[in-house]
Amino acid sequence: MLARRLALALATALTLTALPLAPTGAADPPDIVIGSVLPLTGASAQTGAALRTAQLLAQDLVNGHVSYPLPMVGKSGLPHLGHARIKLVFADSQGKPDQARAAAEQLITQEHAVALIGCYTSSTTATASQVAERYGIPFLNPDSSAPSLTTRGLKWFFRTTPSDATFADNFFQFFGDLKRTKKIDVKKIAIVGEDGLFGAGAGDAEEQLAKKYGYTIVSRIAYTATTTEVNAEVQKVKAAAPDVIMMASYLPDALLFMRGFKDQSVQPQAIMAQDAGFIDPNFVRTEGKDAEGIFTREVFSLDIKHRNHAVPLINQLFELRFSGKPLDGNTARDFMGVLVLADALDRAGSTKPDAIRTALQKTNIPGNLTLMPWKNIQFDASGQNQGGSGIIEQIQDGKYETVWPFDVAVSAPIWPMPAWKH
Amino acid sequence: MEALTTFAQLLVGGVLTGLVFALVAVGLTLVYGVMDVVNFAHGEFLMLAMYATLGLALLGLGPLLGLPLAVIAMFLFGIIVYRVFVRRLLAGPPEATVFGTFGLLVLMQGLAQAVFSSDFLSVPSPPFAGTIRFAGLAVSQASVVEGCGALILTALLFAFVEYTETGRAMRAVAEDRIAATLMGIDVQRINGLAFGIGAACVGAAGGLLMLSYPVYPTAGVPFALTAFVVVALGGFGSISGALVAALLVGMLEVFGGFYLSPELKLVPVYLAYLVVVLVRPQGLLGRR
Repeated sequence: MLARRLALALATALTLTALPLAPTGAADPPDIVIGSVLPLTGASAQTGAALRTAQLLAQDLVNGHVSYPLPMVGKSGLPHLGHARIKLVFADSQGKPDQARAAAEQLITQEHAVALIGCYTSSTTATASQVAERYGIPFLNPDSSAPSLTTRGLKWFFRTTPSDATFADNFFQFFGDLKRTKKIDVKKIAIVGEDGLFGAGAGDAEEQLAKKYGYTIVSRIAYTATTTEVNAEVQKVKAAAPDVIMMASYLPDALLFMRGFKDQSVQPQAIMAQDAGFIDPNFVRTEGKDAEGIFTREVFSLDIKHRNHAVPLINQLFELRFSGKPLDGNTARDFMGVLVLADALDRAGSTKPDAIRTALQKTNIPGNLTLMPWKNIQFDASGQNQGGSGIIEQIQDGKYETVWPFDVAVSAPIWPMPAWKH
Repeated sequence: MEALTTFAQLLVGGVLTGLVFALVAVGLTLVYGVMDVVNFAHGEFLMLAMYATLGLALLGLGPLLGLPLAVIAMFLFGIIVYRVFVRRLLAGPPEATVFGTFGLLVLMQGLAQAVFSSDFLSVPSPPFAGTIRFAGLAVSQASVVEGCGALILTALLFAFVEYTETGRAMRAVAEDRIAATLMGIDVQRINGLAFGIGAACVGAAGGLLMLSYPVYPTAGVPFALTAFVVVALGGFGSISGALVAALLVGMLEVFGGFYLSPELKLVPVYLAYLVVVLVRPQGLLGRR
């Protein structure tokens, strides 16, 4: 307890010193405005508040002078722009595509933002980035994973997060690694997913990749996320006898499937989940022992501290500002998003949109200078970061342990998953 | 042989699913039968009952222990909603109850989101997590408990309406409101009671459903949607009709899901609904 208090006190001191010094002269350059579109009200308001906190933390660290192994942090603003400070201005999307469009418009025309960042949900990112495209303003998306966002041929759109296609690919890379290192051979795959943008998108990517890598799809099941029972679905999976079940579900349906698989003794070697319901804190709380051995992809884990020791420090600063809640995949990605923009602005040495865009195209940040498990940050012609990847976690003793990629893993995967305990 | 086992398993699954649907539908059909009001906020009553059950469970009164409390609380809530709100709607044109209860739905969902946030919440390590096995079939204990609960609840409600003085008064009001008033029945009191009992039914349903489902602001919607189909199929106002229709819907959904395709599992349900509406508009066991 005392150690924790000391750590918090230290972190507070660090934040305070990280705050920019009072202006010393009249020659201070004006602040550089970055517009941020987030769901600050509506169903995703809580996530919106967390993302806002993470972005503001990144802003303050860029403007401050305490350095961490992260790009553009601790240089008292942007050196190539006379140490100008960055200033985030927020606009509310309410989680609605049309509001996101209006918010982006407002940030560009009234706040004179030199670049935009946002918007969390893929549908709001889609509309807000169209506005940026029309005005010719760079748009950085740190946190939306719909694969289609980078296939629209936009010139001003850049995405740092991997898309769902990349996450699906990670599963197959994991199988490849298991085969090489442990002689584990997976052949038959069942794909089970809700029939919305999320589940259908993930399922399509998994099906394509399975074909590409030579696996057999023995069953593909789409169901409505709000279903109240999954009897037929479970029997279909059982009849197909897959080695691996790939799931894309929200919490209520994930719980229904888990109970169904257990009751009907559906016993694959592994269940691989696309986060969502399977990383909800209520998943382990409700399932207890039955959750053991479930694999899920994630975008971030505090285990990445083994690669970059900034992870726990930034986590502490974030907890201080956000009532003790730790950094997660969304907040870590948004934090990095602001740093990537700051890095491009500084290298551009100008606030002209063309210069910022050119600088973004030349971005090359090594993975170990990020909070993420990525190889690096480098955009391809479509604006997608090529170095992105997810991690795979497994529930072991009620905790999510990173098991892949092996260089950030903290424990070995348990394969096959334990048999259901009746 | 394997095909036969699968069929039997689906049959059992369908029956248990149907009983869960019945659990939610009986309260709705009672309210409709007595006062001709389709309570569009029925699912939100269920959601509220689920939150209440969760709250009691977190205080140490597990889902089944807390159930009587949830039932009483929802009964009182139902009476208050009737006295303050529905009674006034009944004085207006018929559409007033439709828009009024729909407004209540929006209000309750919004309030739930503001108060409880849109996170999924569930009872930690719920009881009855095990599996019951017999003759090569397997069912979860929770769904058996839910199914028994549905049967008991339906039977109690049926007995109440058929054999008690108050129940007879309710049927009288349902048949002819003016004649009932002339016979000295206090229609307002009977209406309030029916609304309260309808809410108490979802109170029980919410308590049982927390064994297998998490709660969130729109948790009642999928159940309510099925309940509307069940009530229309079984006959508006018919308690036994609701039970029969719920079992039918449960089985059609499960068999459709397996033998057609999971994506199409609601197609046979709505086809059956269409056929009944066309051939027998008063529903399977409906009066009019």
